[in-house]
Amino acid sequence: MFWRNLLRRDHEDEGWREEMESHVQMLTDSFLAQGLTPQEARSAALRQVGNLTGRREEIYRMNGIEWLDSISMDVRYALRGLRSHPSFTAVALLTLALGIGANTAVFSVVNSVLLKPLPFPRAEELVDLAQVAPGAGGVISSRGLGLSTSMYFTYTEQNRSFQSMGVWTSRAVTVTGLGEPEQVSANLISDGLLQTLAVQPEAGRPLTGADQVPGANGTALLSYGYWQRRFGGDRSAIGRKILVDARPREIIGVMPASFSIADTRADLILPLQLDRRQAILEGFSLTSLARLKPGISIHQANADIARLLPIWARSWASTPGGAAGDGGFAEKLFLSSWRIGPNIRPLRESVVGNVRSVLWVVMGTLAIVMLIACANIANLLLVRVDSRQSELAVRAALGAGWTRIVRQLLIESLVLGAAGGALGLGIAYGGLRLLVRHAPSNLPRLSEIGLDLHALAFTAIVSIVSGLFFGLIPAWRYAGPRVSLTVRDGGRTMSHSRDRHRTRNILVVVQVSLAVVLLISSGLMIRTFQEMRSVRPGFERPEAVQTFRVVLPQTLIPKDEDATRTEQSIADKVAAIPGVISVGFGSALPMDGAPPNWDGILKEGQSYAQGSVPPMRLYLNVSPGLFGSLGTKIKAGRDLTWTDIYGGRKCVLVSENLARELWGSAQAAVGKRVRANDIDVWREVLGVVEDVRYSGAQEPAPAVVYWPVFGLLHYAHVMATTRAVAFSVRTNRAGTETLLSEIRRAVSSANAALAVANPETMRETVDRSMARTSFTLVMLAIAGAMALLLGLIGIYGVIAYAVSQRTREIGIRLALGARPADVRKMFVQYGLGLCATGITIGVGAAAALTRVMKALLFGVAPMDPTTFGAAPVLLLAATLAACYMPARRASAVDPVQCMKAE
Amino acid sequence: MMVLRTLNQGPAHGYAIAKHIQDWSKGDLKIEDGSLYPALNRMLLKGWVKAEWGVTENNRKARFYRLTAAGKKQLDAESSAFNKMVRAIQLVMRTS
Repeated sequence: MFWRNLLRRDHEDEGWREEMESHVQMLTDSFLAQGLTPQEARSAALRQVGNLTGRREEIYRMNGIEWLDSISMDVRYALRGLRSHPSFTAVALLTLALGIGANTAVFSVVNSVLLKPLPFPRAEELVDLAQVAPGAGGVISSRGLGLSTSMYFTYTEQNRSFQSMGVWTSRAVTVTGLGEPEQVSANLISDGLLQTLAVQPEAGRPLTGADQVPGANGTALLSYGYWQRRFGGDRSAIGRKILVDARPREIIGVMPASFSIADTRADLILPLQLDRRQAILEGFSLTSLARLKPGISIHQANADIARLLPIWARSWASTPGGAAGDGGFAEKLFLSSWRIGPNIRPLRESVVGNVRSVLWVVMGTLAIVMLIACANIANLLLVRVDSRQSELAVRAALGAGWTRIVRQLLIESLVLGAAGGALGLGIAYGGLRLLVRHAPSNLPRLSEIGLDLHALAFTAIVSIVSGLFFGLIPAWRYAGPRVSLTVRDGGRTMSHSRDRHRTRNILVVVQVSLAVVLLISSGLMIRTFQEMRSVRPGFERPEAVQTFRVVLPQTLIPKDEDATRTEQSIADKVAAIPGVISVGFGSALPMDGAPPNWDGILKEGQSYAQGSVPPMRLYLNVSPGLFGSLGTKIKAGRDLTWTDIYGGRKCVLVSENLARELWGSAQAAVGKRVRANDIDVWREVLGVVEDVRYSGAQEPAPAVVYWPVFGLLHYAHVMATTRAVAFSVRTNRAGTETLLSEIRRAVSSANAALAVANPETMRETVDRSMARTSFTLVMLAIAGAMALLLGLIGIYGVIAYAVSQRTREIGIRLALGARPADVRKMFVQYGLGLCATGITIGVGAAAALTRVMKALLFGVAPMDPTTFGAAPVLLLAATLAACYMPARRASAVDPVQCMKAE
Repeated sequence: MMVLRTLNQGPAHGYAIAKHIQDWSKGDLKIEDGSLYPALNRMLLKGWVKAEWGVTENNRKARFYRLTAAGKKQLDAESSAFNKMVRAIQLVMRTS
């Protein structure tokens, strides 16, 4: 009834009008019956009923909600007001839209990456079964120590904490039998992995235990993307045979489009086919995940694994068929020396990894920008309300209560906030699309990022809260009981009041200090970036190095020496391409993220205590000429040659830092002998190579032992080759499409079944390794620039306003003999005073806040004096400019004009 | 209360209610007929009466108001409250 009345009020009103009219008619009829003339009857009837229009209005109001009515009136009034001040509205809306848009965009990222659960059923039960080994040196990657095959068997069969668990690893494989050979990514998974994730194939059947039996017929699951790309989404693909690394596999199904294992996507999902008979203690290369049983905490699961570790160490051997536990050696090495221990954590945490700190820093920064924006708009509103003093005073005089005026002012700023929010949403949408395209590719869960209901709610809240925030300041300043004074003053003398200036001054000081914080943070990031760029990474002119990878599967080229000769012929053919200066290859190139191989090294002439473990060194396999093509210097001795390699010469190269550590200097290392372990043969150090920062510019260069790409293995008396190699090609044509197609031709002319993978220039590799830093830098720089600009607008506004309000005073000063320079000085000093106060507060706040950024910095202290000095100087200089303009206007005041205006 | 009382005798339109009250009070109550309508609207909102368009005996279009169950209850409550008040006033007048 009530709502119907509200919505159909006009229709209802018409009903009442008719009814009342008919009432009057009946009255008139009765007066006519008493013998009055029609005119007399009519007027008597009207007298009798009274003010019918007034009654109708009464009913109309009764059927509505009064506050809603007057609010809609206020909103319309506010919109009219905004329309009539287009420049004010444009500045305010732009500021707000940028602020809200940036905040919404980053909130969406934070929400999708950090807050939303992973896209698996009951994702909160999923854990990453990571392990730590503090005593193992470089063996562990950033993810921690992986599982070995034997650990997988022990944990799966004997754990008490998991509903299910599985292990997986990724690698590049070559697919043939579908036209051109193609190198694609594959996730090799053990039994239990898909069950743990609770994911079913989109079509076909999942991998079963039977597929996991070693030697079973080859099977493969396709990713949705690969299925679409290579088979056009054709269902008949299921059942077809493809050759993966020259081994036939039947396609048994297609995974859903959203499927990824802990954020790792691959084109193929293959059964790992772990072989219990081949399982040994070592080989900690498998990534694992598990689903906790209901009610089991991570703490309990950790205890469970800790219980299983000694069982594992006693049950397996170091070599296939060896004595279980190696007579207690395994326990001593892995548990006492390496100190392997469980470090289970929620899967989400391990997926998100180190991006957490970056995102929170960016989010915090943009929140500060939003605060500055609000302070700025509050200042603009103060000016606007100032000019509306008499209007408000008239309204107050006509009987508007001060609450009514506060409401009017608040509604105006809320309307502004809402409009800004709507625009901001558009900006956020565009910004997110840009972000997803340009964000570092190592930003986890990138594909899940988008605007959702949470983000919309966030935008709405930010709009309303900021609307209230910048609306309350002028409302609180102006809507007090003093309003009525202004009518008398005509709005002329009131403006000298000190406390109104105080509000504006405080807002400006807040803006400046927040801007200082942001400038200092972005300054620190710029310095970090500079430091990273200025570090010599151990190679030269990365933009002129083209890299690509090739894998030579054993099934394709069974003999190891043949594989190496094929690799060499690829290198020769690529070297013959016009414009190519030099070519080399190796198991990994700097910063390319290839899985590292670490082991100890023993120096001849030094005795090692039984059972002690030498420090871990990075092991890499290199071809002759690799260092030449990368521009890495040979510091002493000489590079490898093909004659050394095919002649079976037992030799290595070492990095300069390793040479210094073991023999005191690079020169002293040449000709010395080392071996990997007690059963290995001695190998001569042929040369010493410049240090290379393999894991990124911000990480120190590791100690490296460079082995030939083909030679005697250090753990078995077998000649072996490196079958997955990365080529480095020095040429000024790096990165061009023509060069790539010539490289492809060269590779397929060496062997038609080989594919070129991951082509990129060394510069791209380096940039990718710095992506996190540059992403943070760009975000902070944008925020810093916005803050600086807004802060300057704020200062300019305050000074310009002060000038306009004090024109008469200036006129009097000038008339009394003040020089224009004095007047200018007065206002510039005023602005600089505000700025200096803001800077002092800001520097203090920054000193406290930048410590949060420590993890993101490299080569720069959080209290870097250069940055802390430069940011205030920059701000002061900019403030000077912002103050000078209005100050000049002030000194140009004509005293006569002023007096006349009085 | 007087409106409810009037309607208790059967549905009526605005004019009839006004006339009835006028006759009842024998002209002692000088009220404008128009003030009846806001009162009727309030009762509509509260659900005490229901309205339907109809035609009067003189062939005029009018809205007829009818008491609902809720309206009847209200009338009972009001008249007993009123009677109580009258009794109380009488008591006071008598003792003074």
